Amino acid sequence: MSKLSLITRGILKENPIFVLFLGMCPTLGTTTSAINGLGMGLATTFVLIMSNIVISSIAGLIPSKVRIPSYIVVIAAFVTILQLLMQAYTPGLYETLGLFIPLIVVNCIVLGRAEAFASKNNITDSALDGIGIGLGFTLGLTVLGAVRELLGSASLFGIKLIDGDGMLVFVLAPGAFIALGYLLVLFNKLKTRIS
Amino acid sequence: MEYILIIISAVFVNNILLSQFLGVCPFLGVSNKVSTAAGMSGAVTFVMAVATLVTYLLQYYVLIPLGIEFMQTVTFIVVIASLVQMVEIIMKKVSPALYQALGIFLPLITTNCAVLGVAILVVSKEFTFGGDPHMLNMAQAVVFAIANALGFGLAMILFAGLREQLELANVPKEFKGTPIALITAGILALAFMGFAGLV
Repeated sequence: MSKLSLITRGILKENPIFVLFLGMCPTLGTTTSAINGLGMGLATTFVLIMSNIVISSIAGLIPSKVRIPSYIVVIAAFVTILQLLMQAYTPGLYETLGLFIPLIVVNCIVLGRAEAFASKNNITDSALDGIGIGLGFTLGLTVLGAVRELLGSASLFGIKLIDGDGMLVFVLAPGAFIALGYLLVLFNKLKTRIS
Repeated sequence: MEYILIIISAVFVNNILLSQFLGVCPFLGVSNKVSTAAGMSGAVTFVMAVATLVTYLLQYYVLIPLGIEFMQTVTFIVVIASLVQMVEIIMKKVSPALYQALGIFLPLITTNCAVLGVAILVVSKEFTFGGDPHMLNMAQAVVFAIANALGFGLAMILFAGLREQLELANVPKEFKGTPIALITAGILALAFMGFAGLV
């Protein structure tokens, strides 16, 4: 498989949100605006790339019986590094995303890529796979965040587009489920039209 | 009184699934049948109560005295993962019947973010049950964990009931499966918003 297709695969064909339905908790919980979605996506991408690199380089040394706990410890270490970095440099975003930053540890995408890809492939490929899946996740979060922000508060990336309040329900919990549901319908429709 | 407030707040007002988005993966994944949803909820209730108790003790008697609170994420996930494994072994030995019913769900719980989420919430957030904002004490923390697990179970079982009916409904091709499930969950969440302001 070519290096480029490793990256594009995560964005379209194996998009974690629209195709694999993984990592639904942060997808629904953090996308109240496009900026929050983007921030959460990039944070997860960081953990995904770093843990993929480390796990692919130590996979040969870990006995297969204890591999899942070992992967979780590696991932948790990078999440802690991320928490400290975000507390220092982006305290505002850290505050808004709150609980969902430590919860990257239990994000199925990260552990899923470690088990399914990084443990069987070399370091370069694993890093590229992390970038691809991470970007796919970021793209999905940003799109969902943009839709919810547009409908919920009539603005985009914090810039007010239309005067007025928007439909508050899209910023609140029910709107997250409904917006993602309709986005999936749209995605399915586009996919059948293309193929 | 305080405990009643904690339970009502966690089950209805701030339902862990429908308003805090913790544990959505099992919510969408194993909610096809009411019986599996009930089994999963039972296993989650058990693990969440024990995990919260253990992580609460760790936080206040190990991490804070040693001044290493930044190790919270790593310690908690390792504790939860080994706890789930231990519960599985003990359950198999002591009560094979219970193991038959809940066993297959246990490995899934390690990556259920609701368990880690509640464990972190009780030691990091101030609550206002009955008076001024304060950190939960140990009994309150365990009640909070069980109440959240009950809220999880309530939402799971309601949603599984809806999905069983949805199987028979004639929905457009593009809506089949996850999309219609998400929209249904949204409507369920809207219904739960009616409880806002209750506590």
